[in-house]
Amino acid sequence: MIAAIVLCCSIVFFLQFFVPYCRSLIAASSNHVLSPEVQDVTGLTTPASGEDFHRVVQLLHLCPDRPEDRGEIRAIGVYFGMVDFLKTVSRSIAPSVRAWTERELGRCTYFAAVALDRRVAFSRDLLAQQIEA
Amino acid sequence: MPGSASDAILILGTILEALVVVCAIKRKVFRRYFVLNLYMALCLLVSWGRHYTIAHDGLSSLHYRYFYFYTDALLTIVLYFSLISLYLSVFEEMKVGRYLRLGAVVLLAGTAWFTYAVVSQSSHKILTYFAFELSQNLYFVGLVLTYVLWAAVLKMRQTPALLVQLVLSLGVYFSFFAACYALSNLHPTLYSRVSVLFPVVGCLLPLAWAYAFWRVPNDRRLTPSRLAMAGVPR
Repeated sequence: MIAAIVLCCSIVFFLQFFVPYCRSLIAASSNHVLSPEVQDVTGLTTPASGEDFHRVVQLLHLCPDRPEDRGEIRAIGVYFGMVDFLKTVSRSIAPSVRAWTERELGRCTYFAAVALDRRVAFSRDLLAQQIEA
Repeated sequence: MPGSASDAILILGTILEALVVVCAIKRKVFRRYFVLNLYMALCLLVSWGRHYTIAHDGLSSLHYRYFYFYTDALLTIVLYFSLISLYLSVFEEMKVGRYLRLGAVVLLAGTAWFTYAVVSQSSHKILTYFAFELSQNLYFVGLVLTYVLWAAVLKMRQTPALLVQLVLSLGVYFSFFAACYALSNLHPTLYSRVSVLFPVVGCLLPLAWAYAFWRVPNDRRLTPSRLAMAGVPR
């Protein structure tokens, strides 16, 4: 009985931490201005749309991997899936939730584009260092 | 989990733990978050010890198991004090550090006493089970404390973004472990399956902290109430 209560509490607490954590990651990247190259490649509109998320993530996977942002991109991927599910569920029940989910999905896409921008900049720096060496 | 995969995860975890300390030093926040870095440095040492024990005695040896559970209990206690150090950072301006430290020690002693009371009734291998049970109980205590801390942070208008990310990632880590332990207590047969996830999840905390130290500027501040689930329209 106690184990079941602990399990339920832990799952609720997990969601209570996971959602704000993902939103804090997204908020931290929201001020970043995308480079013109990444804007061209991704073709993102303002504000970004959730429909572009998977395409941007595919582009992200084409860039050399960086261990320090791998976990965050995965976390945002999971968060995107959760919000997308909420959007599907709330389609006919709560229109206000649907508008919020669309906005949130767009922010996830922007986060992925920022991560792409950083990876491109990192690869460029690496290449420049190799040429100099 | 196959041996090569578990080895790879152990090595990845060790690299990430080192990365946290390096990032903290590079961003000049090592002293400010000293206990967190001490925890990561200890993790690094323990990881090295585990590699050494596996290499000498094997993964399934009794020696490795004892080493694993005792060091796990030690690390959980240090992680508990890392959480208390985050409390001290959040409530720095209120000058309540002394009371927080005292409260933390009393709570830790209380948890240890409760664990001993439970273990002494049900097992003859008291010390081993005590270490194992203490870890489990501290994960849940840590989870509740992190939740209380997050609730306090939510009441603040502006909080350093770095602190917010450190608290939330710790909450995710504690809640995941607490859920895993509760699940394995509900169905003891599941423990062997659930425990496979432990090293993977163990990598997530250093990954999140390394990212926070590396990417989040020291002077950046957030309004925590905007991040909470309460901000989701119903």
